[in-house]
Amino acid sequence: MYEGPVQDLIDELGRLPGVGPKGAQRIAFYLLAADPADVRRLVDALTEVKDKVKFCTICGNVSEAGQCRVCRDPRRDLAVICVVEEPKDVVAIERTREFRGRYHVLGGAISPIEGVGPDDLRIRELMTRLADGTVTELILATDPNLEGEATATYLARLVKPMDLKVTRLASGLPVGGDLEYADEVTLGRAFEGRRALEV
Amino acid sequence: MPVYRDEAVVLRTQKLGEADRIVTLLTRRHGRVRAVAKGVRRTGSRFGSRVEPFMHVDLQLYEGRSLDTVTQAETLEPYGDRIARDYGRYTAGTAVLETAERLSAEEREPSLKLYLLVVGALRALAESQHTPTLILDAFILRAMSIAGYEPVLEACARCDEPGPHRYFAVALGGLVCREHRPPGSASVSPQSLGLMGALLSGDWSVADAAEDRTQRETSGLVAAYLQWHLEHGLRSLRLVERQ
Ligand SMILES: [Zn+2]
Ligand SMILES: [Zn+2]
Repeated sequence: MYEGPVQDLIDELGRLPGVGPKGAQRIAFYLLAADPADVRRLVDALTEVKDKVKFCTICGNVSEAGQCRVCRDPRRDLAVICVVEEPKDVVAIERTREFRGRYHVLGGAISPIEGVGPDDLRIRELMTRLADGTVTELILATDPNLEGEATATYLARLVKPMDLKVTRLASGLPVGGDLEYADEVTLGRAFEGRRALEV
Repeated sequence: MPVYRDEAVVLRTQKLGEADRIVTLLTRRHGRVRAVAKGVRRTGSRFGSRVEPFMHVDLQLYEGRSLDTVTQAETLEPYGDRIARDYGRYTAGTAVLETAERLSAEEREPSLKLYLLVVGALRALAESQHTPTLILDAFILRAMSIAGYEPVLEACARCDEPGPHRYFAVALGGLVCREHRPPGSASVSPQSLGLMGALLSGDWSVADAAEDRTQRETSGLVAAYLQWHLEHGLRSLRLVERQ
């Protein structure tokens, strides 16, 4: 539709999550009109994030080193793992200061309609972490929506033979919502009031 | 009709922007509709939990140019909660939703039969009336029939020679005689034929009694039959948990 580089940019932007064809066009023309210094900063930020930020080899959280800040911290409780969908959920839970264990980032939720099954998430890595018996409690903090519930159900059944305490955050979180949007007080309460999951 | 009200099943949700979702609905009177549900991912959303997959809802919508907007939502049946609490039900149920989405090819083309079939399948899953995969297979066979692709099970799909026949040719629409079987067509056990017939007619006492082996064979045929009639495959079918 447009000349080479402009159309290339629109195509690339259109591949981003949540950006439709119209949105891609809008962003592309915003960038075309923007101050070169602003665009430079965006480019640098993109390059830097790909160069410097890696994923923690233990929990899968974003990390500048091989292991993330939480996993490196000797004061964290090794007996408890909190399972979340995305790195941004770690940030939301850290804000509450309620949780002293470690995390496991799945990289999403089980969503068959999007073609995402258990093998597409970091579930095998979780099972490896649980294998040596150090962990005694698993908190399933997937999003309080349908896919998050189904993922928690799947995990609870999977670890059932392992003799772990498996808990789910207490209700009170907005059902249908994203974990990251829960305020600290609500999320903190949900942690305190977590309940054993029956499977 | 800028504002309208209808009953619907939520087929699919996708994140949109910061806190919204696009929901794909199968409505009773307006067919398949895509609508924006604003702010539903935020704390304190009035109806976030009601516009989740599997939910059977009573909606008020505002008609837009490409997407409608959900302005009110009341729960009719919270099938989602009960389906998500069992992984087998969840994966079979997701395949029901994706099949319904794909078989309702045109937006805003009502099909009351398909709508009622979806609601019935979700109720059966939520209430655990039968094995989830049997509910799914029955749904696929009947939804295909509504769409005009009822499989021929009694006689040869080519020459009408009365059966029973041993070969199933998805491309020809069902059973075929020895003479008309295309190379590579699957041979079917009489038990699977019986099960397919029972699922189509709703004879659940026969279907529930089918052996696991027969159920697996039937599921394979039903899946092949569905996939052949759709342009590209169903994503969720491969992830359905089989007992
Ligand atoms: Zn880590
Ligand atoms: Zn024939």
